[in-house]
Amino acid sequence: MTARGPLRVVGQSVRRVDAVEKVTGRARYASDLVRPGMLHARLLRSPYPHARLVRVDGTAARAAAGVQAVVTGADLGWCDPYFGPAFRDRPILAIDVARYEGEPVAAVVAEDDEAAAAALELIDAEYEERPAVTTLDEALAPGAPLVHTAKPLAGHFADLSSLRPRPGTNICHQFHFERGAVGEALAGAALVIDDTYTFPRVQHYSMEPHAAVAAWDEQGGLTVWASTQNPYSVRVELAGMFGIPLGRIRIVVPHLGGGFGGKTYAKLEPIVAVLARVTGRPVRLALTAEEAFRTVRRCDARVRVRLGLAGDGRLVAVECDADYDVGAYADIGPRVVQKGTYTATGPYRVPHVRLDARAVYTNTTPGGAFRGFGVPQLAWAVESLLDEAARRLDRDPVDLRRDNLLHHGEEFAPGDTPIDGKFEESLGRAAEAIRWTQAAAADRGRGVAMMMKASIGPSVSEAIVRLHADASVTVLASTVEMGQGARTVMAQIAAEVLAVPLERVMVAAPDTSITPYDQTTSSSRSTTMTGRAVQEAAEDVLGQLLRVASARLGVAVSALSVADARVSAGGEAVSYVDLLRERFGMGGGELIGRGVVAPGRSAAPLGGSTPFWEMAVGAAEVSVDEETGAVTVEDYVSVADVGRRINPRQCEAQDEGAVVQGLGHTLYEEMLYEGGQLLNANLAGYRVPRAADVPGRMTCRFVENADGPGPFGAKGAGEGSLIPVSPAVANALARLTGVRMRELPLTPERVWRALRARRRRADP
Amino acid sequence: MLTPSSSDLAFTVNGRAVALRVPAHALLLDLLRDRLGLTGAKRSCDMQVCGACTVLVDGEPVSACTYLAVEVDGRDVLTVEGLADGEVLDPVQAAFVDHGAVQCGFCTPGMVLTARALLAERPAPSREDVLHYLRGSLCRCTGYVKIVEAILGCGTGRP
Repeated sequence: MTARGPLRVVGQSVRRVDAVEKVTGRARYASDLVRPGMLHARLLRSPYPHARLVRVDGTAARAAAGVQAVVTGADLGWCDPYFGPAFRDRPILAIDVARYEGEPVAAVVAEDDEAAAAALELIDAEYEERPAVTTLDEALAPGAPLVHTAKPLAGHFADLSSLRPRPGTNICHQFHFERGAVGEALAGAALVIDDTYTFPRVQHYSMEPHAAVAAWDEQGGLTVWASTQNPYSVRVELAGMFGIPLGRIRIVVPHLGGGFGGKTYAKLEPIVAVLARVTGRPVRLALTAEEAFRTVRRCDARVRVRLGLAGDGRLVAVECDADYDVGAYADIGPRVVQKGTYTATGPYRVPHVRLDARAVYTNTTPGGAFRGFGVPQLAWAVESLLDEAARRLDRDPVDLRRDNLLHHGEEFAPGDTPIDGKFEESLGRAAEAIRWTQAAAADRGRGVAMMMKASIGPSVSEAIVRLHADASVTVLASTVEMGQGARTVMAQIAAEVLAVPLERVMVAAPDTSITPYDQTTSSSRSTTMTGRAVQEAAEDVLGQLLRVASARLGVAVSALSVADARVSAGGEAVSYVDLLRERFGMGGGELIGRGVVAPGRSAAPLGGSTPFWEMAVGAAEVSVDEETGAVTVEDYVSVADVGRRINPRQCEAQDEGAVVQGLGHTLYEEMLYEGGQLLNANLAGYRVPRAADVPGRMTCRFVENADGPGPFGAKGAGEGSLIPVSPAVANALARLTGVRMRELPLTPERVWRALRARRRRADP
Repeated sequence: MLTPSSSDLAFTVNGRAVALRVPAHALLLDLLRDRLGLTGAKRSCDMQVCGACTVLVDGEPVSACTYLAVEVDGRDVLTVEGLADGEVLDPVQAAFVDHGAVQCGFCTPGMVLTARALLAERPAPSREDVLHYLRGSLCRCTGYVKIVEAILGCGTGRP
């Protein structure tokens, strides 16, 4: 390849390529789409957490004005009505049994949304209530009512072929990981601390609730315009359910109004496809916010951890038993559970480890992927306990962590990717930025926390780059723009490699009939994996172009350089436009490049090696109102090791958002159930952070050693910085007040009660 | 079932005169999105908390998700589609672009209009003014930092 000069576009905080369409309101989301002849759907949902469907009769609803169809679970005999990425345990509409309050039991399709909503009231549904389990304790009790009784059907995820449900219980998957001899190590440890932490059920609250439009064509093909992070996973699900080839299914993804994991895997696509098939017309289903609360959530968890440390503060053993509540359907919960637990030991060197985790069904909204993918639940426990260990050993929490950090190049687990970052640099930068070594004001406390998260492995990304006759460029890749800025990053990478102006690069929206395979937009993988595919595809195009230039200029390819859409050698330069005309003998034709990133399976414990380790440190300074228990985060520092920032400002924006989202489950957010009923499925009862809740000082910094496997040394970003927030804040609170919180969110009431209990202990 | 009563409305949207007959219970958000094709205002919380549906009625920010369409009779509605002058962005729009205050974009139209209302009321808002004004405008992506910076950047007092 030609000599590369300094980077021009990569590393610059260029404006987002989609900013203008978004500030002008022109950007289209799934719920903005209109198809000719489009009908509107609404769902009837179970009022009970667990019930047998005695009767779901749509006769009266079918007769209502404007109604085109009423569909129930009993009407789905013509397709395979079950779906799910881990187990195919979720029916399109409840069949015989409803397993959580809010589960769809019937659908109405009508000429307009109002008619569909009105007809829901006319469906005659009779339920026979069954005993429900809505907490981990209830679900795990001996003889507990079972959420699922049938033998589970395997889903499509290859590395979950080892799913281990425990028949006759509510345990749908178990994960075990062990190395060394943890029992002996704990017995010989100078300090063993053992405690249990809980993490709440929380809701993504993407500003855009899930939406999808489906239409079948005259050739029997299906198109779904969907708010999904995984068009290709959705395609696989639909192909199986409807028995049609992948090539006849087209999933088109417009802009997503936020995803955060809540739009991974099939959600509404199966039901809209059914309704479009039944009516023979395009059908739209756009959920309300209340319905989004009843679609997916983060898995709540109870985590018991035992840490064993030597007298000098070295970690010798970690034992962990984690129970995650995956709700009524597994979704991707089993994978969340095993992946979250796998990195329970965080960025630390621990010789003796035993990790056990269980994914547990309950009669609640299904638990799935949510930014951090199971790690926040574990890190909340482990990072809190590490501070307790420091206190008991009279060690500084930063020093204790530093002494235990894995080093660059060190093995985390046999067969998995060696550590690819310099963790001590991240920790040092965070400590410095929060002024760790200077005393805090008397009414302030400071705390730190760290985390390490694996990305997804193995995974595949493919990309196509087209250089057109006028030297403009189209990038075809299926990573989904959900706000994170992926389209801008892909455009920057292509513009950099091809030496064309950024505004000459167009990144197509994902469309499985046009843009090539990409496994998923999750796991902070897009910049690294899709980005590398785009980089390779652009280099492929450049290579073709340079061969044309070499012939034209009569010099070797290695002697050529590119800048401003021109190839030059010595004093002679020729424009891409001229070279393309020469190549095709006319003013038409284009060069097409291909990029494929497919690391494949490995001997790593989860079946594939992580492409990179996502690494972040959080440091918080807090104050507390002793009268009310209200905690205020006054200052927050986030440091993430991202290898290289393709777009520095977008990285900053990702981490600012991650920290504030983390403050949500740390201080405010929790889905509350009573008797199996979700009480606060709306923004009046469910409090997400507002502008005024952002810490008065908030700093997001980055470690950039260009040591990642992505383009130009990049690694993933975006999830990591959310994870340390809860333990950093709780550690700060503990150092300020001596009160150790074990339950999130840190509501004023919980903190006030803990402060009162401490006062009573201190002053009996 | 009773036929809902309807009303004839005459009002302006983004400077254009509109005459329509709407049911008495119709919401402004549905009128804008479904009948006028102005999908910039977004539906999210449906309860006047999140601000994604914010539009200006006679310059005042309202939540179109809970605002009866009949109430705009004789009034002037401004949606995000009416802000730019051709391809020239409104200063608030330009500031959101320049400060990187946009991520998924779903809250952006409401945020931009809310900011416009604030700046009309207070041309040089303080940070506290901005935070106060954004109580009814939620964003799940940005952590608000760059939104606040963008709005302050539009004010005559630079941040």
